[in-house]
Amino acid sequence: MSDRIFGAFGVFLALGYAYAALQIEESFLSDAVGPKAFPLIIATIFGLSSAVIFLRPDAEPHWPAFGRLAELAAAVVVMVLYAELLPEAGFVIATAFAAAYLSWRLGSTLIGAALTGVGTSVGIYVVFHLVLGLSLARGPLGF
Amino acid sequence: MELLSSLGDGFAVALTWQNLGLALLGCFLGTIMGALPGLGPSNGVAILIPLAFSLGLGATPALILLTSVYYGAMYGGRISSILLNIPGDEPAMMTCLDGYPMAQKGMAGEALAISGIASFVGSFLATWGLILLAPQLVKIALLFGPAEYFALFALAFMTLGGVSSTNQAKSAFAAALGLGLAMIGVDTQTGVPRFTFGEVHLYDGLDFLVAIVGLFALSEVFIFLEERHGAADAAGRKLTVGRLTPPAAMVKECTPTMLRSSFLGFLAGVLPGAGASLGSFISYSMEKRLVDRKGTFGKGDPRGVAAPEAGNNAAAGGALVPMLALGVPGSGTTAVLLAVLLSLNITPGPLLFANNPDVVWGLIAALFIANFMLLAMNIPMVGIFTRVLMVPPRILMPIVAMVSFVGIYGISGSTFDLLVMIGFGIMGWGLRKLDVPLVPIILGTLLGNAMENNLRRAITIDNGNWFTLIDSPLSIALWAFAILGFLLPIFVGRMVKMRMRQRGDAEGSVID
Repeated sequence: MSDRIFGAFGVFLALGYAYAALQIEESFLSDAVGPKAFPLIIATIFGLSSAVIFLRPDAEPHWPAFGRLAELAAAVVVMVLYAELLPEAGFVIATAFAAAYLSWRLGSTLIGAALTGVGTSVGIYVVFHLVLGLSLARGPLGF
Repeated sequence: MELLSSLGDGFAVALTWQNLGLALLGCFLGTIMGALPGLGPSNGVAILIPLAFSLGLGATPALILLTSVYYGAMYGGRISSILLNIPGDEPAMMTCLDGYPMAQKGMAGEALAISGIASFVGSFLATWGLILLAPQLVKIALLFGPAEYFALFALAFMTLGGVSSTNQAKSAFAAALGLGLAMIGVDTQTGVPRFTFGEVHLYDGLDFLVAIVGLFALSEVFIFLEERHGAADAAGRKLTVGRLTPPAAMVKECTPTMLRSSFLGFLAGVLPGAGASLGSFISYSMEKRLVDRKGTFGKGDPRGVAAPEAGNNAAAGGALVPMLALGVPGSGTTAVLLAVLLSLNITPGPLLFANNPDVVWGLIAALFIANFMLLAMNIPMVGIFTRVLMVPPRILMPIVAMVSFVGIYGISGSTFDLLVMIGFGIMGWGLRKLDVPLVPIILGTLLGNAMENNLRRAITIDNGNWFTLIDSPLSIALWAFAILGFLLPIFVGRMVKMRMRQRGDAEGSVID
């Protein structure tokens, strides 16, 4: 079933891609092929392979239970928040929280997670910023 | 003799303190990454690319660092195969079959030592193979025009799925997805924006480094979050290594095996789409057939450890041949290395050897140096790496995730890129679940623009005649190989893959 949905989704994506390719504005100065042709070839392959996936699906993959999916969604939310807050909060603080969260969800105890978070964050800061001189996001506290 | 003098120049480039230091660092990190289950050569190199850039390394030093990681990961994969019966990366799967039984017999140290020597022999011979074969391939490649290059790219895509996927439709899907993503941005020839949907950030196109780190490294973190496995694997198991020198008789017994396996592995590496996993698989199968008269393979025969290790390390060197000489990588990790070269504004291919000989020969010399470093690291110092294996995923994976974020942010300093990377991470997770190979996606985003440019150049030169694509014998041959390479795995590949799975299942230890 997964492959059927995936294949059908792929076919629609290919149609959308082809439509978007047809919308590309041609410049008046163009080469013999133009900017549309290759994307249209790709859309064709994309659509054909999706159709084959739809018609001849593989065995069902092992999907996680709902709880695990929620777990993944939560991790994605944390990562997005991390990306957005990085310039605001500064590298060390944001990273400590994000790493601690991931470590906690991967099975650390709360104290272990906090230690992993702080350790990862300070460790990366020391190695990458202080030793290697990489510029990291600077927060209100200067780190 | 010209080769030797070029090689001498290469050593002059490689033997600076900075380059030696980078090679040492790369070998060390690479071995760790190879040894840790869940971090293979391609993610290992992917995570370190941003670092190489942010440090402002030149082309040669950056390549030396990253190829040392690549070679190191190939060495390191065997450590956890032997000690824990968990392959550290995919090519090391075959090493489990005889390595773990040896460890159970109390011969872990001998197994590590003989596999270390086999790895050395494999990659040492493969590096010579690279020196001898690559310049010949360059001579052929100089005959290529745009039409032939277009066919060559098609060949790379059509054969890449071969062994990495059982479903050719899915590898075609992946290639089209990658190529489609590469089209995003302003068209280089006419200057019109394509597929940008008015988003200014997309005018430059997607940065393929963002795609690579997201697809390889972040998706791995998601897989671990989903399964939360491995926490118990390493913990509570006592690792005793024992003596680290193999008896001379064992080395003697294994020598022919190593030589044969190196040769086969190198061939598997050079062929597009095969790569290191196939190298170790066919080496093991052939040795089993040739020398296993008493049925000791699978029960802890040292030759069963030497064969796959020599095979996969030789394949790693072989895979560099098409990447350097043609600009078309034959495996996942070499695709990632190609990304590095492209980002450094160096186009691999025949002209690389003419225009940047210092890069090519410096790299080759560094491979030799890295090889000796790895031999030294992997036999006497293997104890250090076995301790690293004790780091549980709940500590390791947050570090991987955070280093990925730091690397991408370090290059561009933009939140938008981080969000795109998370998007690729999710996509990578979903596609891995659906058994869609990720390497063609990466290759598509890397080569998409070059492929299109060659197509358009070829047709424009011939005044819009599309049949120019199959006008020369060379391009017809390339297309024939491409079609064969696409169709053959549908029949043969399924069988090989199934047998690989069966062997692995018999040992009860398959993780991807």
